[in-house]
Amino acid sequence: MQTALFCVPAVVAVASGAAVFTVDSMARATYALALSFVAAGTSLLLLDLAYLGVVTILMMVMEMAIMAVFMVMFMMNPAGLMPMSMLHNKRGAAVISGGVFLALGAVALLVPWPERRGTTPADPTRAAGEAIMGSKMLVMTGVGAVLFTTIVSALVLAVSRGRYGDDEGAQDGHREGRGPHGGHGGGQDAHAGHTDHAGHGTHAASSPQEDAA
Amino acid sequence: MTVTGAPVWAVVPAAGVLLAMALAAAVLDALLGTTGTGGGGGTAAAARGRRWSRPLAESARLMRQRGRTTVAPDRLLWRIGTAGPLVAALLMAAVVPVGGTVVADLPVGIVWFNAVDVTLWAVVWLAGWGPNSVYPLVGGYRFVAQALGYELPLMFALTAPAVAARSLNVGEVVQAQRGLWFAVWMPVAFVVFLGAVAAFGMWGPFSSPVGRDAAGGVLAEAAGVDRLLLLAGRYALPAAGSGMAVALFLGGGAGPWLPGWLWSLIKTLAVLALLVVLRRRLPVLSPERIVRIGWLVALPAVLLQVLVVSAVVVAKG
Repeated sequence: MQTALFCVPAVVAVASGAAVFTVDSMARATYALALSFVAAGTSLLLLDLAYLGVVTILMMVMEMAIMAVFMVMFMMNPAGLMPMSMLHNKRGAAVISGGVFLALGAVALLVPWPERRGTTPADPTRAAGEAIMGSKMLVMTGVGAVLFTTIVSALVLAVSRGRYGDDEGAQDGHREGRGPHGGHGGGQDAHAGHTDHAGHGTHAASSPQEDAA
Repeated sequence: MTVTGAPVWAVVPAAGVLLAMALAAAVLDALLGTTGTGGGGGTAAAARGRRWSRPLAESARLMRQRGRTTVAPDRLLWRIGTAGPLVAALLMAAVVPVGGTVVADLPVGIVWFNAVDVTLWAVVWLAGWGPNSVYPLVGGYRFVAQALGYELPLMFALTAPAVAARSLNVGEVVQAQRGLWFAVWMPVAFVVFLGAVAAFGMWGPFSSPVGRDAAGGVLAEAAGVDRLLLLAGRYALPAAGSGMAVALFLGGGAGPWLPGWLWSLIKTLAVLALLVVLRRRLPVLSPERIVRIGWLVALPAVLLQVLVVSAVVVAKG
């Protein structure tokens, strides 16, 4: 039973990981990777690490949702309508990944795995945390809070001017020409590869910006 | 009251209850609405009388309606995005206790709820991406942008009751409220949580992803059963969120005279009705404004709330 429960997420993780490099759309590649991470998180649940497993799924889905936006914005072939390959430097990559796979597989098979000493702790998540952090737990908790505060304050400082510049309530005519204009970028890139009709819409939407410039 | 896990077959009635709640929200929404009473003629009073049955009539109509397709859609991703919101609502409801029973008595139920609501980032964006059409895409991007605004306040709003109960198990959080409901002494977390529920359900002020200014946004190209699924998900999400709000902040099934499960349902319906009524009284906010409110107002407020709760927990020892 345990083996079956392990095999299903393992196969899904590997298969969707492979799918990342075979699909021809950025959206599909990104969410294939997300599925792979979800399967990896699911297999953590088998170790009774419920918290770590669910948090892994939470973080990775959120991360991939953000990454999809950036992948579509900056990478090739946003909509999957043009030929595209996720593979680069094929020979080198094959040598490196094959080597790493063989090395890790050899380690897994050849290392004499230790027998379990003692019994399963009541709360494996707590035990894992204490084994990793040990006496540094308080420091790490404090560092976490400081890091989070830094992120929030850095963002507040960085985006204080807002998308439309200093005057948030500016007229429509002003808006397009000012500010970093980040929010629209993804949308327009994504539309570029769409149908004719969508292409027209994109052009019309971007013309005020050109006028202002 | 102690909360225990239910046998596996409880999944079916639990899903039925969630769908019934979603329908109740849709009926109330139709009763409060002023437009779209449909054809049939007759006086204004007759049209008002028909309103309560509108959600069911609309469901029947959508089931018979032909599905729509677009030029070069990504069908797989579109399907995932269409089914996603309803599936997420069902997965959320699985950890919400009704009285003393819960479908899945997970030790980390609160984190589970959070993880499922994060999957909405993905599925709503996919529902916008799939049809390969401008307006749904705009709606999908709007949802991701507003999710950036509400997600962190939601996480810390979930943290407050967990800290107070010293557990991530929803049942233990319910048990910890025997003396005093958490809504009473952590009102900020409660309000932020309700706001976040409205936000992940694309509800009221947070409905710009399905906004009229974008021709229905994510819903623009969905027709037939696809549209029915998306709409059902949109009503089921606030229902599941209301159930969680009752469990985390309003004492779960605690109450005099009536049995616990009935109290859970009554309270959930009350919270849901509040969300439906408020929906019509508040203007729609654009995503960048939601991010501003979320990070500059809600996040500091809810962080202070968590600080107060932590201090109280430490002081009580």
